[in-house]
Amino acid sequence: MINRECGVYQTTYEGDMALYPAPLARHASLGAVVVLVLLPLILDSHAMALVNLITLAAIGAIGLNILVGYTGQVSLGQGAFMMVGSYTAALVTLRLDMPFWVGLPAGGAVAALVGTFFGIPSLRIKGLYLAIATLAAQFIIEWTINHSTWISGGVQSTIYVPTPSFFGLEINSEHRRYYMVLPVAFIAYVAALNLVRSRVGRAFIAVRDRDVAAEIIGVDIFRYKLLAFAVSSFYAGVAGALWTYYLKIANYEHFTLTTSVSYLAMIIIGGLGSVLGSVFGAIFITLLPIALVYVVEGGAALLGFKYAAIADLLANLRLIVFGGLIILFLAIEPEGLYRMWGNVRRYFRLWPYSY
Amino acid sequence: MSPGSPALHGPAAGPDAKATAVGTAQVEIREVSKSFGGVQAVSGVSFDVAKGEIVSVIGPNGAGKTTLLNCISGVFHPERGRIVLEGEDVTHLRPPQIAARGVARTFQNIALFRGMTVIDNLMLGRHLHMRNGVLRSMLYWGAGQREEVAHRKVVEDIVDFLEIEAIRKRPVGSLPYGLQKRVELGRALALHPKVLLLDEPMGGMNIEEKEDMARFILDVSDEWGTTIILIEHDMGVVMDISRRVVVLDLGQKIAEGTPTEVKANPLVVKAYLGTKAT
Repeated sequence: MINRECGVYQTTYEGDMALYPAPLARHASLGAVVVLVLLPLILDSHAMALVNLITLAAIGAIGLNILVGYTGQVSLGQGAFMMVGSYTAALVTLRLDMPFWVGLPAGGAVAALVGTFFGIPSLRIKGLYLAIATLAAQFIIEWTINHSTWISGGVQSTIYVPTPSFFGLEINSEHRRYYMVLPVAFIAYVAALNLVRSRVGRAFIAVRDRDVAAEIIGVDIFRYKLLAFAVSSFYAGVAGALWTYYLKIANYEHFTLTTSVSYLAMIIIGGLGSVLGSVFGAIFITLLPIALVYVVEGGAALLGFKYAAIADLLANLRLIVFGGLIILFLAIEPEGLYRMWGNVRRYFRLWPYSY
Repeated sequence: MSPGSPALHGPAAGPDAKATAVGTAQVEIREVSKSFGGVQAVSGVSFDVAKGEIVSVIGPNGAGKTTLLNCISGVFHPERGRIVLEGEDVTHLRPPQIAARGVARTFQNIALFRGMTVIDNLMLGRHLHMRNGVLRSMLYWGAGQREEVAHRKVVEDIVDFLEIEAIRKRPVGSLPYGLQKRVELGRALALHPKVLLLDEPMGGMNIEEKEDMARFILDVSDEWGTTIILIEHDMGVVMDISRRVVVLDLGQKIAEGTPTEVKANPLVVKAYLGTKAT
């Protein structure tokens, strides 16, 4: 958050190593949490739906960033790991009659197991080759879930789950669903921040930056690569499980290769190796297409076109603009939105006396 | 053969016999050979390093010095020969296992974790001494936090020792070369190693930086009694700080002894300067 450390003297290592050492940053973070908690008071149900989508995406993006951004292992299988979590949650709820707060960790745990298994190739290969290996994971998992009736129920691989409830309170509106999603996202966010600033996270970054040096200093890179896959897939699984409870349906079509790629896009645009950047990326990728609908349709109306006549064109135009904007963003700031945020922060750090 | 069999502990032959006898041999390198394709990088090199000694390995480019260091730290496994650490055969262990036995090293081309701060790089040196797993790391509360703080204190001692207080929060990628070398030494020291392998710790430094580095190396040896094996090209430094010198040429050991003995050895002169044209 905002660093104004002038006049702040840390006298303990606990204080110096805190998540937000500067008081202003602490207050700003607290303020952000308060705003997030009170958000449903000011937004209508349509806006809350968007916020929910962003929050859900953020969880998956943070997980993927731990693997790709922090540990340097490229993965195209995030969608598949979310799928595993999604179906696990559906089955746990339907067959074992468990509430959603059991389904979430269950989805995470099963996804972590599957993710660790598909992370094994990372012990031998890296970079693009690993990306292709995880691409295989995407297809294998998709096919398996699709073709085993025991998992997917058989009818179009769709499982309907009842409306989740929390101790008798039905979670049946966007506002209520927000309070189901937000705490999970909050825990995911703080846990990721803590992870990357302590022993395990440092080992992840060491594997990414210099794997030989990491081994020499005593980091078992095999272990930590698999651990990164496990943690990342756990996040994916929880996100997938949340999707199930959010939509009250588990369907593989929500977690295809396109999903994997768009999560990769989120963390690249948001900023590789940044937890907050993952959230920025989730906001960007979720809101951009929706914003574009308004812009493109509004523009068309302004120019006097009838919507029905050019609907096809508009749909394609939206995709083109979407792709173009992503390219533009990457060209301007390859290190992502987090870097832009960092530049703003740096400017205000010494403001108004920036010399 | 079991590690520590009596045959290995006989008095070392050659001019170093006197020197090795002072301590117990902590690192024994026995007939180590390593080749890459058809190139014999190291062939049949043997020497002992006693506890607390500073031994320099010198030789012209391509003599096999770095390969030898890589064999000791487990990056490469020699095809023949054995490496014995405190009586235990470590020839075929992987690098993390060797690090766990108290061997740390620095690299010829700096191998720091560029994206991290100086403190975090040094904290990685504490990795093996810490126990926090994923859950404790994520919680960062209670025992997990206490461990982080306790090891931060250890790291701060090293920051003090290496006089890098001012840069402790800087990302290492942004530091000048000489300081990066110093941070890399710090990361190795954070492991609290029994044996420290330094691959050209003064390469590319100016005279002042070299003097600082030499002082740190001597201080490490004095204060912690760490055994140090170092590769260096600067003969002035080598002669000043090492107790013994091992000379390699084309993968073979051609001389071993005190700096004075080695300097006078005709084989060494030949390796470095060639023979006089007749």
